[in-house]
Formats: sequence, C-alpha cells, structure tokens
Amino acid sequence: MLRSNMALLFFVVFCALGVVTSQHKARKLFQALEFEQERARQLDVEFGQLQLELSTWATHPRIEKIARERLKMNAPVAGRLLVASPREGVK
Amino acid sequence: MMRGKSGRTHKFAESPVLQLALPAWRSRLVALILLASFGVLVGRSFYLQVVNNDFLQEKGESRYRRDLEISASRGKVTDRNGEVLAISTPMKSIWAIPVDAKLNSQQTQQLAKALDADPKEMARKLASDKGFVYLQRQVSPEVADRVAALKLPGIYQNKEYRRYYPTGDMTAHMVGFTGVDDKGLEGVELAFEKSLIGHAGSRSVIRDRRGQIVEDVGSIRPPQDGKDVRLALDSKIQYIAYSHLKQAVADNKAKAGGAVVIDAKSGEILALANWPTYNPNNREHLSGGQLRNRAVTDTFEPGSTLKPFTAALALENGKFRFDTAINTAPGRLTIGKATISDAHPHGVLTVAQVIQKSSNVGVAKMAATFSPQEMWEMFDAVGFGQTSRLGFPGEVPGRLRTWKTWRPIEQATMSYGHGISVSLMQLARAYTVFARDGELLPISLTRIDEGPVTGIPVFSPQTAREVRAMLEMAAGPGGTAPKAQVPGYRVAGKTGTAHKLEGGVYANKYVSSFVGFAPASDPRLIVAVLVDEPSAGKHYGGDVAGPVFSAVMGSALRTLGIPPDAHMTIAQAPTVASGQTASPQPRQVQPKEKL
Repeated sequence: MLRSNMALLFFVVFCALGVVTSQHKARKLFQALEFEQERARQLDVEFGQLQLELSTWATHPRIEKIARERLKMNAPVAGRLLVASPREGVK
Repeated sequence: MMRGKSGRTHKFAESPVLQLALPAWRSRLVALILLASFGVLVGRSFYLQVVNNDFLQEKGESRYRRDLEISASRGKVTDRNGEVLAISTPMKSIWAIPVDAKLNSQQTQQLAKALDADPKEMARKLASDKGFVYLQRQVSPEVADRVAALKLPGIYQNKEYRRYYPTGDMTAHMVGFTGVDDKGLEGVELAFEKSLIGHAGSRSVIRDRRGQIVEDVGSIRPPQDGKDVRLALDSKIQYIAYSHLKQAVADNKAKAGGAVVIDAKSGEILALANWPTYNPNNREHLSGGQLRNRAVTDTFEPGSTLKPFTAALALENGKFRFDTAINTAPGRLTIGKATISDAHPHGVLTVAQVIQKSSNVGVAKMAATFSPQEMWEMFDAVGFGQTSRLGFPGEVPGRLRTWKTWRPIEQATMSYGHGISVSLMQLARAYTVFARDGELLPISLTRIDEGPVTGIPVFSPQTAREVRAMLEMAAGPGGTAPKAQVPGYRVAGKTGTAHKLEGGVYANKYVSSFVGFAPASDPRLIVAVLVDEPSAGKHYGGDVAGPVFSAVMGSALRTLGIPPDAHMTIAQAPTVASGQTASPQPRQVQPKEKL
C-alpha cells in the first residue's frame, strides 16, 4: 500500500514538473513569436518609410531640375527642329 | 446559590432541571436546517464554479490581464502606376501627467533638449494643473526613443500616425489631406475616407514581471488596415499639367487657373491641377483661395466653349447641315432690347465656319430655331446643372435654370455660353460626347481596370463626327486657336473667352479657357484649361489657354506613347518644339525657350 502510494506521489510530482517545464517552454516560444511579429511590424513601417523616401527622391520636379541643371539635359528635339522651324511663317 | 443548606444532594447530571423531556422533532429540525444551509452553500458554490463561472473567471483575469490596442494604419493613396501620393508613417506623441512629473531643472533641461523645445515652455507645461498635457505631438520615433531613455517619471508616449504627401503641392487638390487625428479633411482623403480608414484591433495578454507578453488570453480582434486607393491620376501627366498651368498663370499675371486631363477612352481623370495651391505637408498660413479645388468647386460662365453643343443640337435636329450658310453680317443681332455682337464681324458663314470663327451671332441664329425645352434637355443630357458624382467634397452642379423661365435673349446668350455656369470638370466631361461619337462618359477618380466603358448616347455618331471636324478647324489655321496645335497630332478644340460677372454686371475681367481633344482621328485625351483673370495684355482663350493646352496635350500624348496622326511640322509656331515619342523629360519649365 505504502509503496504504491509513494509511486503515485512520485508520478504526480514528475507530472507537475513536466507541466511547469512545458509552460515555460511555451512562454519562451511565445515570446520569440512576439519578437518576430514585432520585427515584422517594424519592417513594415520601415518599408513605408523607404517608399516615402523613394517617392520623395523621385518627384518629377526634382528629376527635371537635376536633368536640366546638373546633367545639362535639354529637350533633344528642339535643336533638330530648328532647321525646319516654322517660325519664319509667323513673322 | 447560597440559599441555606439543602439536605439533599444531587449529581449534576441528575439535576431535575435537565431532565426535561424535549420532543424528539426539535433536534431533528435543527439537524435538517443545518443540512439545508449546507446544501445551499454547496449549491451556491456549484453555481459560481460551474454554472456561472465566467464572472469569477473574468474578475480573476482582470487582476493579471492587460488589454492592448493593436493600431491599424491608414491606407495609401497611389497614382495609377503605384507611385505613392499619400502614406502614413508611425510617430510618437509625448505627454505628461504634471502631478507625477516632478522633474528637477536639470531633467527638464534634458527633456527640452531631447524634444528640441524651449526649456521655459517645457517647465510651464509641466507646471500646469491639468491632469494631462501633450508635450509634443508627432515626434519621430528616434526622438521618442531618446526621451524614453531619459526614464523620467510621469512622462509617457503614445503611438500615432503622420501622413506624408511626397508629391506635395502638385497633387494637393486631388489628394487633399488629413487632420492630426488621421481623419480625411479634403480631396480624395475625404472622398474615400471609408475605405482608407483603418480599424484598430485589440488583444488581451498576460505580462510577466518584466513587462513581456507571455500569453494571449481571451479573443483577439485583428486590426483592419485601411485599404489603399489607386487613383486614375498619372503623376507624370499631372506634373506636366501642373507646371504648364503654373507657368501660364505667372506669364499672364492671372489670378488663378485650372487644368483637367481626362482619358477619352475610359473617363479616368489623369490629371487635375489648380493654381494657387499649397503644400499639404505644411499647412500653416493656408488661405481659402489656396485650398479651393477650382476645377471642381468653382463655376464660371464657359463662353464660346459651349458653342459646339449648340451646333451639335442644330445638326441633330436636321435643321442645319455642316455646310448650311448663315448670314452673320453685320456682326450684330438684336433680340428684344439687347444686342449681341461678334468680336470680329463676319459675312456669310457655314455652320462649320461659325464654330471655327466662333461667331456669337451665327450660334444665336441657330439657337433661335430650338425650343427652350429641347435646348435645356441637351444641356442636361451632357451633364450641366448636375454634379459629376465624383464624390469630391464641395463638388458643384453649376447653374442651369429651368427652361420654363427662359426669355429669347437668354436662350441666345446661353447658346454661346453666357447665363449658364459650369465647372471645368463638367466642361471637360461634356466634351466626351464629341471625342466619343456622341456618348457622354461617366468620369472616374480611381483607376478602371475592367474592359471598355460605355457612356450614355446624347448625339448620333454622325453629328459627333461632324462637330469634331468643326472643332479641328477651330484649332487649325484660320480658327480662333492656332496656338493650340500640337506638332505631330491632329487637335480639335474650342476656345472660350468670357467676361466675368461681378455683382450682376459684366466686368472688364475675363476667364479664358480652352477645351479640346487629340488625336482627332481617334481621340484619346481631353484637356481642359482655364485661366482666371489674365492681366498681362492678352485675354483671348486662344492666346492664353491655347498654348497651355498645346503643351499639356503634346507632352501627355508623348508620355502615353500615342502614335502621331499628322506631320511633325505645323502651320504656325507652337510654343514648344515637336517631340519624339520618348522625350526624356517634360520641357515645360521654359516653354518660351524657342520663341
């Protein structure tokens, strides 16, 4: 009788420790999941910020300004059309 | 008791007092009552633990459970190619509970430095007797982290969103803006508020001693991010329209201006520009004039741009043909007490020439053959006097009085666009009937992905084609707007020059406009331009709005890669040189460079 009681007690303690351990593990994993989800949100935010930055750099006025001023670009056809320019017709 | 000595002695247990013969039922009753109350207790505990256990469960959970809000972001607004026009990014607001925030002067100094604020102002805010003060709103996350690192008592942070508009003033009227609480206040931000807005979710969690979340309890309500809105707007065409308009307003010393570009195939609004405008990212010192989306909310008397509709009705009725002769001499026509006149007197003109030369007398003579009702029905059918149903805030229907009150002179003036008022958007939309074989197209702010759009037929295809030919003459040599021509494309359009009504009297101020479409062989784009009060000497629509139309139309057609349907050289000097199909950049910054 005593022996079976001791065995059962031991079994119960073992189970209890098992519950504690698995709970602990579950929480660890949950925290890891939380961390990764937070990181996903952060990356999402960063993506938005980069998108914003991209479209700020790529605004048409800026492109035109750089093309004209720094790269000295100009409407290429203008020069070519000078020859056949119909401006004489206006005068 | 001390009452004498008693001779008899008794054992206590034999005391006669105790020898009462109580009825047996009393003890049984007590036992029953005790049992019953025990039963009640058991029942109650059963009720609490099993039947109605939610209540206690909840009470217990509330001791360790925390409810967290999961914020949802507002949807993006993008142009038709996915380029971002408005986007939200998270910021922090720093707030304090002044009672708890007992900071020494050094800490206040540190806080002020981190927030880049005046230390005195900061101290004043912290000394206030309110329960809650915002120290600063919309602080960047980096700054917020620095504030958090100071670990000051009574200073807290909240997450909030700030909206950015990378394209700034260029698309300000189209996109609109939101307030500090992320609610749409103007433009598309307001019109599409319902789909843009996000709904925050919530979850309940258990936190451990270190503040880390260890478990989810209860149900999670997932946040719903706002849906992105993809506009029909093409940001490149928008830029083209905006910069040309800005230049034209400056060149003509005008008060304001507007330009609209509509895709004639789908009814999509590819560009909507207004001047003056504002920077939606920095809305200090805003005036109502800057905020107004003139193309949609302002009406004007369109003037001659309405003549093609009169001509179309005349052709449709079969009373006139393309080449029916009308005598417009001597350039004046008296109806009742009023006289209408042409800017330049002409002799006998065909219907086509009446439109080409923009003769008021000719058009009024055509209009005299209609009944007021049929003219009203035509104006109504092309959308005047009713809003375009874009859902834009402040959209106006314009003014089209009921035909029952029309006097003959009014009918005559309406035939050339006076005594009726429309918005630029309505006018551009109405021109879809000529660009599309007589169909009026519904217009759309958002990109349309499904197949061809069908409109409501207003005129017969034959009539529309004939009016298109007249409009091509008007924009050609000998017409009123040769400057509206685009090298490489056949253009059709009509000028409008209207006196402004001020206090019921026509003032010596003008509204110059031009509405047209191209390529005339298969119209793809409709461009409407309006310049309000040009005061640099020129005021005719052909001189003021025509060149803007030409520049916008030319660049936009090349941007879209529409094949040219005419020679590259044109009869008269354009403001810009002819283009290749792949021009690397719009060239409108100096539109006068070749003049």
